[in-house]
Amino acid sequence: MAAFCTREQAMKEKNILLDHGSGGLAAGELISGLFLEYLDNPVLARMEDAAVLDNPGGRLAFSTDSYVVDPLFFAGGDIGELAVNGTINDLAMQGATPLALSLGLIIEEGLEMEVLERIIASIARACRYAGVEVVTGDTKVVPRGKADRIFINTSGIGVVPEKADIGANRIRENDVILLSGSLAGHGITILTSRAGLQVEGGLASDTRPLHFLVQRLLAEHGTAVHAMRDPTRGGLGTTLAELARAGGLCMEIEERDIPLRSAVRAACELMGLDPLYLANEGKCVVIAAPEQAKEILAAMRSVEEGKNSRIIGRVTRQYPGRVVLTTIAGGRRLVEPLTGDPLPRIC
Amino acid sequence: MKHIDEYRDREMVQSLCRQLDKTVKQPVRIMEVCGTHTMSIFRHGIREMLPAPVRLISGPGCPVCVTPAGTIDAFIRLAYRDKTIVATFGDMIRVPGSGQSLADARAAGCRVEMVYSPMDALVLAQKNPDAMVVFFSIGFETTTPTIAATVLEAARLELNNFCIFPANRIMPPPLAALMEDPALEVDGLLCPGHVSVITGSEAFRFLVDDYGLACAIGGFEPADILLAILALVGQVQTGQPDVENCYGRAVTPAGNQRAREIAEQVFIPVDSRWRGLGMIPVSGLAVRPEFARFDATVRLDIEGHEIEEPKGCLCGSILKGIHEPPDCPLFGTRCTPATPIGPCMVSAEGTCAAWQRYGGILHP
Repeated sequence: MAAFCTREQAMKEKNILLDHGSGGLAAGELISGLFLEYLDNPVLARMEDAAVLDNPGGRLAFSTDSYVVDPLFFAGGDIGELAVNGTINDLAMQGATPLALSLGLIIEEGLEMEVLERIIASIARACRYAGVEVVTGDTKVVPRGKADRIFINTSGIGVVPEKADIGANRIRENDVILLSGSLAGHGITILTSRAGLQVEGGLASDTRPLHFLVQRLLAEHGTAVHAMRDPTRGGLGTTLAELARAGGLCMEIEERDIPLRSAVRAACELMGLDPLYLANEGKCVVIAAPEQAKEILAAMRSVEEGKNSRIIGRVTRQYPGRVVLTTIAGGRRLVEPLTGDPLPRIC
Repeated sequence: MKHIDEYRDREMVQSLCRQLDKTVKQPVRIMEVCGTHTMSIFRHGIREMLPAPVRLISGPGCPVCVTPAGTIDAFIRLAYRDKTIVATFGDMIRVPGSGQSLADARAAGCRVEMVYSPMDALVLAQKNPDAMVVFFSIGFETTTPTIAATVLEAARLELNNFCIFPANRIMPPPLAALMEDPALEVDGLLCPGHVSVITGSEAFRFLVDDYGLACAIGGFEPADILLAILALVGQVQTGQPDVENCYGRAVTPAGNQRAREIAEQVFIPVDSRWRGLGMIPVSGLAVRPEFARFDATVRLDIEGHEIEEPKGCLCGSILKGIHEPPDCPLFGTRCTPATPIGPCMVSAEGTCAAWQRYGGILHP
């Protein structure tokens, strides 16, 4: 269906008005002139109350996540790209290939139209890169002060391959723990940007979709992959602590094997933050059978987003339900789940 | 990273541990004063590497932990005033006073801003001319000069809507108070590296002269800490206490006089109450009368009230190193990082928080 109004018509106001969420004329202009302009696809273009999808057969994965990041734009990404990749990654961690996304926007009255366009364009770009489409959506506008500029919710449906059986219950003693790349890029970028800090060497969010990596992994080593998680909020430390608890086994990791970019490390030292607890938006932890560790590592490294993958540890029975870290200096300590937001120290 | 990697090098650390193993002939009890030391010791797993006779005790060097609940309550009351913005370092946000924390106040609609430097609070005041911005001034010698510089800048700008709520403390006096406590058994002191950058190593000389205490100033990396422990063990075993500077790349005997002068321009030493330790003579800082218009206690007529420590909480004797966190009946049961009761659990650098986060079963 051709758009009934142009981008120029949709963008004639400089700022979002309450009318844009009213379901009336202005809302229609926004949908057809802006959203369809960027996100156009046959399912969305039908503009019915619900998207109708072909049934691919087999098992489906279904996930939802909301994005409220401040600032909206940051080095390496923005809220739009994050909203697409984040939900794709939640699906991917169950082995699923994304089939379709929904997009819900809650916009604060007064948001610059140009900002909204940048975000929608970024969503479109991220979808194209990932090979997934937004098939249904919703927009609400709330009075000024009732939201912080824009909040985004995305939900996603994905298809789970027949052989995939992924879950913390499958973790076994002696399994290897792999990490798909360097840690803490997203979390430290957001925190330093809020603090107005500039770090030499540059920081950037690591936001990326992980389903290509997962597809490669499962195609070649399906049953050897026991568990997968993307260490977003709470970071690697919290993710491993959850896996240890769920599986009732001990996760032993080596600090010196955990990849960390030097700019990230410098910023963490400066702010007194532990990179183990900072968010990642394009990394996954894979727990896999030891017999195929080498091949799995090679498969992860064969895709761009996994080229810095490392084996960072092993599953044991030493301290059931706990994570034990051998520090760079050679000491050993526990890694407990994060409580509260990581806050910078004062001295 | 320069000045970090070489002090974390596993071989160097292990060789220092071997040296320590060979050197130590008797039990040596060492107190690390600074919260940053405590965190580094736990974060790098240093306790586990030490030979059994060397015991580390965590002292009162976490500025958040030693701020009395009544002081925090008073600051939270400021947050509820009309047209007021309170600004604080991040790690104070979740710390409960006798009831609420600043996070609770923020949830209740108060304007509570987290800042990374006191100068950020001043900028906040410039951007919000209709509101009074009050900065929670806590910290030791390390933090005080920057806060003093902020007050001087506010005076230069003739800002009328900025003041600080003074709760800064001085490090050496509580150490003397601790040494007077007969229950305390400490042979040596790992002196705080950051504080010493400002005070100079000689600020700790009185502990050698008056109390015969072995003193070593250490940096914060594993090798730094082990070097200082090695020095302390040597002093204790030869019976020749001294102040040894093992952090020469940052600390001088005289310290940073310029920073001290800036602090002295704005602040004046006063008696001060420490959470868990009680009243200690000349251990805190008040704003000098000439800067009264930047002093929230004068300008906004607010005061901290004395509040009893929670029942059963052993933080007082933990801060003195008399007890260790697992000795406390509340530790890990009712008192956790998510639901802190005592001061040592509330700050990330508190002793109980460090035990809870890093210690646990590896240190039975």
